[in-house]
Amino acid sequence: MASIPTPGPEYTTHILPAPFTSSPLTLLAQGAEALVYRTTFLTPNTPCILKYRPPKPYRHPILDKRLTRARLLAEARVLVKCRRDGVKVPAVLGLDADQGWLVLEWVEGGNVRSTLDRWVKEGGQFEKLGESSKDGENKDVWEFMRAIGTSVGKVHDIGVCHGDLTTSNLMVKTTEGHGQAQPQKPSAPAQPYLTGDIILIDFGLATQTVQDEDRAVDLYVLERAFAATHPGAESLFQEVLRAYGESYRGGRAVLKKLEDVRLRGRKRSMLG
Amino acid sequence: MAAVRTFSLPHYPDYPIQVALFKDVKNATFLRSQLLEANADFDYAFIDATMILTPLHLLHPTFLSLHLALSTPPRLKSRTPHSEIIFRLHPNNNIGESYRKFGITDTTTSLIAVKLSLTPEITSESVAKHLGDVVEGTSVEIGENGEQLGEMCQVSKIRKVYKLGDGGKPKGKKGVVNGDADVDERKQMESVILGIMSVKGT
Ligand SMILES: Nc1ncnc2c1ncn2[C@@H]1O[C@H](COP(=O)(O)OP(=O)(O)OP(=O)(O)O)[C@@H](O)[C@H]1O
Repeated sequence: MASIPTPGPEYTTHILPAPFTSSPLTLLAQGAEALVYRTTFLTPNTPCILKYRPPKPYRHPILDKRLTRARLLAEARVLVKCRRDGVKVPAVLGLDADQGWLVLEWVEGGNVRSTLDRWVKEGGQFEKLGESSKDGENKDVWEFMRAIGTSVGKVHDIGVCHGDLTTSNLMVKTTEGHGQAQPQKPSAPAQPYLTGDIILIDFGLATQTVQDEDRAVDLYVLERAFAATHPGAESLFQEVLRAYGESYRGGRAVLKKLEDVRLRGRKRSMLG
Repeated sequence: MAAVRTFSLPHYPDYPIQVALFKDVKNATFLRSQLLEANADFDYAFIDATMILTPLHLLHPTFLSLHLALSTPPRLKSRTPHSEIIFRLHPNNNIGESYRKFGITDTTTSLIAVKLSLTPEITSESVAKHLGDVVEGTSVEIGENGEQLGEMCQVSKIRKVYKLGDGGKPKGKKGVVNGDADVDERKQMESVILGIMSVKGT
């Protein structure tokens, strides 16, 4: 993302397509490809995410439209497949591929990066997470890691590779204090923010594939992302992989493949 | 007068949606014949209420139809914005099949009527009066959030049309009250169905 030129002012004041043109929307993110807004859809109580892929002025208009359309459709189709097969992703609420927009269910919560940051801020220390801590006071953070591994395993199991697994693209759905008072669980977790469902987002680069190689690359990308955002958390990340390996048939073979992918990655960076 | 609920779709505040719900309808054959004759007074989406799972399940194709009708040039795939609503409900691109599955049939007894206020003379009063005059059945009040719109659904028929298999079916979790499991199942189904309608025909 660092190599992307700073967008000019015409980007930030982008005119949105119908029917959003004159709606007051909150801009959440401005990525390389898409503008992401928060708004409502179908009813005033249905919060959502609007992803708009604006035309790229440097591309031929017809080609640009075709590409935008194809990418949005691919993203929407993969999300629908995931929902159908019981994988936790935001639901697709609306789509106008010709006009470049996609509307997704709003997920309330933070992401894996911010959740781990919070854990550290509240006194968690990666270095002190020995094997013995798995049943102790830190068991929630271990369980959190396992939930991540299981989620990724589940996507792979249905034949989808995410393509951009980062700690920001794994959201953690808020469960605390939602709706009516929920009956107190017998063993309430010490850190409830670690127990939310893991929801995968941003399927803009996803592909439908069952190749172990592709799956291993997905894991490798996630491993690198973890190392980048949470140096020192290697042992914790091992737990993600362990849970992944156990989450579906074929998981272990992918972990084996991951070793090759790591080696290649290392060679490449030595040459690099 | 029939009870009519007016929905305002976010981003399309200038085009209110008039919706009425009936049970024990006795003249479905007549109503359907008016559609077949393309009687201009009967320009409604007449939907079999057993095929509507939730309010969003109805509002999604309604939004899309309105959106496509207002595009320049219009992008409707069927004859009118109202027939488009029925067409958009179906997962495939077959218009006849959409009518058979989601539209009013001779045996329909639970009915949802949708009318888009595309021109100023179409108001909740005009719709309430006309439907009250022509539909022989019991008018059912629709609450502000439209909850009643899913109350007559037949979940298994809906599952079948969208080929949902067991997707979203609660897995007999222990300790979960049946009511909650039911709501959960519908939410899951709804989220898949909205997606299916979104990517339809693309
Ligand atoms: N369904 C959602 N619910 C809540 N927030 C979301 C949702 N989807 C995206 N976001 C927020 O918007 C941000 C950008 O979304 P997303 O990553 O899908 O867009 P993108 O432009 O494709 O991103 P990138 O440029 O990183 O590829 C996310 O990091 C997240 O904070």
